[in-house]
Amino acid sequence: MIIAAQKNIEEIKEMIAPYEKILIVGCGACVSFCSAGGAREVDALAETIAAERKEEGRGVEIETATVPRQCSVKFVERIEKKTEQAETILSMGCGVGVQTIAKRFPQKRVLPALNTRFIGAREAEGVWTEMCMACGDCILWRTAGICPVARCAKGLINGPCGGSSNGRCEVSKDIPCAWQEIYHGLKRLNLLHYLKEETPRHKVFIHPDRVVRADLQQQQAT
Amino acid sequence: MSLKEALDAGKFLITAEIGPGKGTDTGALLEDASAVKDCVDAINVTDMQSSVMRLASMPVCHLLKDMGIDPVLQVTCRDRNRLALQADLLGAWVLGIRNVLALTGDHPTLGDHPEAKPVFDLDSVSLLDLIGKLGSGVDMAGHELKGTPNFLSGAVVNPGADTEAALDLQIMKMEKKIAAGARFFQTQAVYDLDLFEKFMKRVEGFNVPILGGVILLKSAGMARYMNKNVAGVCVPDSLIKEMTKTKEKVKTSIEIAANLVRGLKDLCHGVHIMALGWEKRVPQVFREAGL
Repeated sequence: MIIAAQKNIEEIKEMIAPYEKILIVGCGACVSFCSAGGAREVDALAETIAAERKEEGRGVEIETATVPRQCSVKFVERIEKKTEQAETILSMGCGVGVQTIAKRFPQKRVLPALNTRFIGAREAEGVWTEMCMACGDCILWRTAGICPVARCAKGLINGPCGGSSNGRCEVSKDIPCAWQEIYHGLKRLNLLHYLKEETPRHKVFIHPDRVVRADLQQQQAT
Repeated sequence: MSLKEALDAGKFLITAEIGPGKGTDTGALLEDASAVKDCVDAINVTDMQSSVMRLASMPVCHLLKDMGIDPVLQVTCRDRNRLALQADLLGAWVLGIRNVLALTGDHPTLGDHPEAKPVFDLDSVSLLDLIGKLGSGVDMAGHELKGTPNFLSGAVVNPGADTEAALDLQIMKMEKKIAAGARFFQTQAVYDLDLFEKFMKRVEGFNVPILGGVILLKSAGMARYMNKNVAGVCVPDSLIKEMTKTKEKVKTSIEIAANLVRGLKDLCHGVHIMALGWEKRVPQVFREAGL
């Protein structure tokens, strides 16, 4: 899933400073699971903003909504009524959510309350780690299901650099050397021979990228 | 005799290494190079070692060339994509540089510009492939070159990798580097000759000259620092004690280095000495080692 984290309150305050009627919109998908922008976080942020404004001696009208998935126009539609009264929309979605709202309501200013960090998963309570770079050319079948593109700090695909110590990355002791994890994984599977082959990479995608599925396009046309 | 000629002749190879500093002052750097000039086959010039912004390797290699020294251009994949790497390699050849050492490079977070964007478009293996490809007359995309660089390319290996997995991986990657065209290897600093001998046994059939790394120990503090911070370097307690006890640090340092060089002479095909500013003491190390 997409992992995000809330911006610090000072930056949020700066963004919303010109406005008194604010609609905070959460998302029920990824950012809800990583406790950054779900219904609970929407309520908490609404409370924080109200308290901050009270301290400043300024009024604020806060409306809230949480849609199942902010990256889908279909769900974003549902907040139309609430947007009418709002001077600005403070999105607690990922970058895709923010842009989906901005595209659907071009007359409204949409502000991001989160920083979108990476594609990853929960590792432990309160800890999430990056696991996929969406490189578009998956080699996980060669690497025991551990991605060196995302999990090696240098994205090396032909084996490790010489910088690890005690199985940890030269960048941080909090990061395990992805190549040593791959080594152990392949050894368990009796597939160490993959490490001896040069990893071919053919597909280089130009960003911004798009996926076009002719089969689905045709289906819709008929 | 150039490094390539010495290598082809099967000589015991000796290389040194200098690291350009921050700024345009090359005085001390070139003095260091002159100090070792007569006892080495070639001198490596580092490519912003430890990811600290410094004077580039290529112009310094060119200056060494002018001094009659065969330079080894260190090229890392940290800062340049494949376009820049190829352009620089062609440029190096035009400047008379004939040897390249292909490295992955440290991550920028280790240096003094930690927010620099890490590139790593290629890695050490694909960089070696690329050097070979340029030598065959085409660029990485297969387009023909007018004028072809024919580098002697080398690579590095860390024989002191600290876990079984890390060492196995180093050796597997070393094989990939050989397949990709590495003609010689320089190693991370060796302080434990028994451990190094074990490593040499494992790579016995690889048929490529290995130059054992030697870093001049300047003090016990430096040894402890390296043990803590430099991957693959392990200075044994006995040497740290020697450096602590001695009243003549330089003399002891030279003795330790000479002992290592003497030991390496029987184990591998050359030495790569990193004096880190103590270049003037290098000739004595080789004299004491009987080279």
